[in-house]
Amino acid sequence: MLPLILEDVSFVVGGRAIIDRISCDLAAGPRTVILGPNGSGKSVLMRLCHGLLTPTSGRIVWGGNVDDGRPRAQAMVFQRPVMLRRSALANVTYGLALAGVPRAKRERRAREVLDAVGLMQVAARPARVLSGGEQQKLALARAWALEPEVLFLDEPTANLDPGATREVERIVDEIHASGTKIVMSTHNLGQARRLADEILFMSGGRLADHAPVEQFFAEPSTGEAASFIKGELPWS
Amino acid sequence: MIFAADGTLWGIVLLSLRVTVTAVAVATVVGLPLGAALAIRRFAGRHVLLVTLNALMGLPPVVVGLVVYLLLSRAGPLGELGLLFTPTAMVIAQAILVTPIIAGLSRQVLEDAWHEYEEQLRSLGATPTAAAATLLWDTRYSLVTVVLAGFGRAAAEVGAVIIVGGNIEGVTRVMTTAISLETSKGDLPLALGLGLILVAVVFLINAAAQVIKTAAVRRYG
Repeated sequence: MLPLILEDVSFVVGGRAIIDRISCDLAAGPRTVILGPNGSGKSVLMRLCHGLLTPTSGRIVWGGNVDDGRPRAQAMVFQRPVMLRRSALANVTYGLALAGVPRAKRERRAREVLDAVGLMQVAARPARVLSGGEQQKLALARAWALEPEVLFLDEPTANLDPGATREVERIVDEIHASGTKIVMSTHNLGQARRLADEILFMSGGRLADHAPVEQFFAEPSTGEAASFIKGELPWS
Repeated sequence: MIFAADGTLWGIVLLSLRVTVTAVAVATVVGLPLGAALAIRRFAGRHVLLVTLNALMGLPPVVVGLVVYLLLSRAGPLGELGLLFTPTAMVIAQAILVTPIIAGLSRQVLEDAWHEYEEQLRSLGATPTAAAATLLWDTRYSLVTVVLAGFGRAAAEVGAVIIVGGNIEGVTRVMTTAISLETSKGDLPLALGLGLILVAVVFLINAAAQVIKTAAVRRYG
């Protein structure tokens, strides 16, 4: 299914280009981190890739085939996880049911991933009364259970404390190690250094840089990227 | 009076409950899926439908009674069924009265939930039907309140059931029509007694639902 190819993709709302003519290839393997300040279009770019939004121009191509319906082998974790009013376990089996996994296999798979993210002891508890960190780990488990080829993560640690953030980063690494392509957005430089293999740097809806992580931090190709790395925020 | 109540009185109370509960059940089965469809689907004419639905929430019971009367009367299109002046006719009238209320109020509840859930459910690949079922289940405690609003409306109305039921003693006399009749006959104690029972029934059902809802919210968040 990969690579995911964006060809001149724009997303324009009310005459304003939220995403401005982005072209890039996302190949299987490396962990891609979409880096950029708030409002630079990271979330919208991911929603376009995931298929929640449709580009107003340009096209998104999966594995050489023109986008004819969203491939199923992808999942997304949002900044604020949406938990259904049922148990943690049932939240995971719900996703498996929608993905067409036979009933007999759902619970075993759900327990495997809950165990992997360290939520086995709260499996029976209502998902909505879990802490913010637990809910985000549950969202990761729900996505991981689907064994997606690509997992999109939209600032998954933006609302979490440092401990929960480390946990989430560990789980993201494990999901990557299990063979899933990671595409994650963040505005946190430290997290980008820790998790990224390659960086997509966004600024004002444009793709301002696309480079391996060492190269991006050592010699950013644009002034905007250099200022962002130095902690200057010319946008604010 | 209430404590010395005879079989007639309890017959009236039970018939009232039977008619109203059946009508609300029918209105719920029709109204909730309708509310869910309006909350989730975007289609041409949706806006017109919403305005119409909101207007129908305020339907005057006597007008509903009149229309159902015309449909069911001997010369009407459904006259052959012989339903006029039966409890079934009263159920039909109340169901017509309550369905827009349940559909309209549930649409609001479900649309709010949809704003929260939409991206997550679409990301997981939920079809509109699956999404509707999920929303209905996840908002079930709020929907209890919606159904109770419909119950209150049906239990309290007199205009529709008196026209299509005819207030026939032992057949179609319910609490509201009996209160109306006894008041006009001057038997105020009996009217008042029935009124107290009616208020008590509505009060008890709402209190029970509130207790269930509070406990559920505390437990499930």
